[in-house]
Amino acid sequence: MENSALNIVVLVKYVPDAQFDRHLIGDAHTIDRSESILSELDEYALEAALALTDARGGAKAGNVVTALTLGPASAAVAVKKSLQIGATQGLHVNDDALAGSDAWATSLALAAAIKTLGPVDLVITGMASTDGETSIIPAQLAARLGLPQVTFASALEVDGGTVTARRDGDDYSEEIQASLPALVSVTDQANDPRYPNFKGIIAAKKKKMTTMSLADLGLSASDVGLAGSLTTVSAAAERPARTAGTIITDSGDAGIQLVDFLAAQKLI
Amino acid sequence: MSQYQPPLADITFALEHVVGYPDIAKLPAFEHADLDTVVELLEQCGEFMAEVVAPTNRQGDTQGSLLTSDATVVTPDGFKEAYRQYVEAGWGSVPLPEEFGGGGFPRTVGLVIQELMTSANMAFSLCPLLTQGAIEALLHYGDEDMKNRYLPKMVSGEWTGTMNLTEPQAGSDVGALTTRAVKNDDGSYSITGQKIFITYGDHDMAEEIVHLVLARTPGAPEGTRGISCFIVPKFLINDDGSVGARNSVQTVSLEHKMGIHASPTCVLSFEGATGYLIGEENLGMRIMFVMMNSARLGVGVQGLAVAERAYQQSLTYAQERHQGLAIGATGPSSALIEFPDVRRMLMTQRAGISAMRYLMLLDASYVDISSNHPNPAVRARANEIVGILTPICKSFGTDMGNEFTSLALQIQGGMGFIEETGAAQHVRDVRIAAIYEGTNGIQAADLVGRKLGVRNGASMLEFLATMREVETDLADAGEQFATICQELGRQFDALHEATVWMLRTGQSDPNAVLSGSSRTCACGVCAPAPGCCRVPPWQRPQPATPNWRSPNWCWLVFTLSRCCHSPQVCWARQPLAPRTSLPWTPGSCPGPAAGS
Repeated sequence: MENSALNIVVLVKYVPDAQFDRHLIGDAHTIDRSESILSELDEYALEAALALTDARGGAKAGNVVTALTLGPASAAVAVKKSLQIGATQGLHVNDDALAGSDAWATSLALAAAIKTLGPVDLVITGMASTDGETSIIPAQLAARLGLPQVTFASALEVDGGTVTARRDGDDYSEEIQASLPALVSVTDQANDPRYPNFKGIIAAKKKKMTTMSLADLGLSASDVGLAGSLTTVSAAAERPARTAGTIITDSGDAGIQLVDFLAAQKLI
Repeated sequence: MSQYQPPLADITFALEHVVGYPDIAKLPAFEHADLDTVVELLEQCGEFMAEVVAPTNRQGDTQGSLLTSDATVVTPDGFKEAYRQYVEAGWGSVPLPEEFGGGGFPRTVGLVIQELMTSANMAFSLCPLLTQGAIEALLHYGDEDMKNRYLPKMVSGEWTGTMNLTEPQAGSDVGALTTRAVKNDDGSYSITGQKIFITYGDHDMAEEIVHLVLARTPGAPEGTRGISCFIVPKFLINDDGSVGARNSVQTVSLEHKMGIHASPTCVLSFEGATGYLIGEENLGMRIMFVMMNSARLGVGVQGLAVAERAYQQSLTYAQERHQGLAIGATGPSSALIEFPDVRRMLMTQRAGISAMRYLMLLDASYVDISSNHPNPAVRARANEIVGILTPICKSFGTDMGNEFTSLALQIQGGMGFIEETGAAQHVRDVRIAAIYEGTNGIQAADLVGRKLGVRNGASMLEFLATMREVETDLADAGEQFATICQELGRQFDALHEATVWMLRTGQSDPNAVLSGSSRTCACGVCAPAPGCCRVPPWQRPQPATPNWRSPNWCWLVFTLSRCCHSPQVCWARQPLAPRTSLPWTPGSCPGPAAGS
């Protein structure tokens, strides 16, 4: 049982590259995705999945790692990168009606997509997305799929039908076990994500990449998008430009002025 | 120090539109290496080099490699881990034969990977570069057993390689070497002698180091004709392929150098070390030339790669540093980039870097044609062109590397002169490139002494004629190109005249010819012209919209400016706006500032 092949789904999101300035577009406050990449935090989830399947003989031994994303056509980039890094196959949920979906509607569509993949042993996610940062998808998804959830794992092992995860708190660590199938979210301390291997990049071109619409998932437009969302963004604004600093001119009392300033900022 | 940003847009443009990469991908055995696949690979490779290798550059310089008391070499912090990841990612194996685990991609692609790695960290990149040279020598001259024993792990990068030529009394004059090789009863040889300047002669990044060593067998002819080439592994290889007992080759000391501090430059002592003959006795120089021809182009790329990194840093500095007020500017102060002299220096680097890249890739594309074209006549001609272009690439690339890293430092003023900013490291690192792998003077002698005379000069003259085809296109390109066309024509005439004079005078007064050979090598910058010729007119920047500063034309302008010594003519009328991000998109070079 210990070495039996695993069927793992990894959630991968296409997010704006944190290296660049990030912007909102228009009144709908949609995110400018022109400079986007596979979310860095999801690379830890993918690495966790690949480490588990590598130890079990990889794809040759029947292990499957499916990279699943939900988003517009451009989001396929996240799946492609996952395939280059080592995922076995890709699944991309893409439907215009999904635009504006909040976490609730997103988790509904993701759950439906995962159900199309047959019996899954593990769903692995990152600890948050680096754009919306709700961190709620893993919990909602586990509830919708009826799976036990282990969140913020900083280490992960699978032995037989049990997943064991370590969660590190500020002043304690705990070990949590759950029976498979289960959902685990991993932190950025969980592992050291690999870079795509050149042969992996070539091999990725031949890997299976499926795109599904809402209809393929048996969902209707009103289940998702703004209509299917429980939350709406009522207002959003870009961070105001930084204001000029205060320059203290020393006319004998600079020290006092400095202390007053720091005290006013509650820094001392 | 600013972060390295792989110039993928420029590289892709060069591959697609300047050196005609799509034609290379059509050659037999390269069909899997279409441009889209290659660009995908290079994007990931660039990301790897920028994120994993580039951050080790500064640490490598300040810390350097060290020889420990137990005679082993320790590389700077982070090198071992970066090299492990490099091997895992497999970037070294891309252009090598599939038979031994490589990707079977064209040399042209391998050369771009080398540029990316060298920009990230030149000292680091030397280890894979030397390994690749050793691999090529083995591929051409090793027997099957040798290839199977060494190549798979060298191709993967698990084992690294070195070149052992130089001895204290035998530098440029390789024929003066005295290391001895005496045949043992079992067919192996016992190697004794001292080698100096051995790059990565020892290190801690790989479990095995495969030394290629030049030595003399008893009774061998004098000079270069009596040199044989041996494999001397750091550890002997057991019959099952595993790494066995330590061979008797020791690192005696490490050199303290001006640059590439992280690259351990070793004095190696061979004391009856076990070696295995490659090919036959006295074939050593021929084998080494396989290695050197490959490495010479690679060293030319070092000039390009370090110049690119230095340029990026100087550009960022010029955009961020504010001093005084430029003429006509408003506001409290102007960024350095607003000042004409700084722009001139930036544009000089920019144009020259493009020229270097085109030249290097053009040479590599001919290497691919010479190895993979189905027509033997085309292969033979391509091989002749490689012979012409390789010494030019090496000397031009490294001369320009010195000049441009110095310009990059100049832009950063006093801050550039301070070590902490990293500008000086580029100047120090690239300085060796004009010296090693055959000094640039040796390259010039090679070009004039060996390559010029091929087919009584017909090879060179045919090449010049092909270059001049660009003139027709330029003449058709409209009024705006008239000056360029005229100047280029004048330079072609000069080059042609010099070539004919050298061919005529070579026999009667070789010293006169050789005294001018360096200059000819520098003038070789005209060589990328055929690259331009390959771009059909409809794909070129349209003269109707005056965007002739796209790399193609930058190159031409650069060619002129180099040759006619009047860069101001070319640059002064080109306003340069600050760029917000790198790399720029070809065809959208730094455009005129808004309202200018």
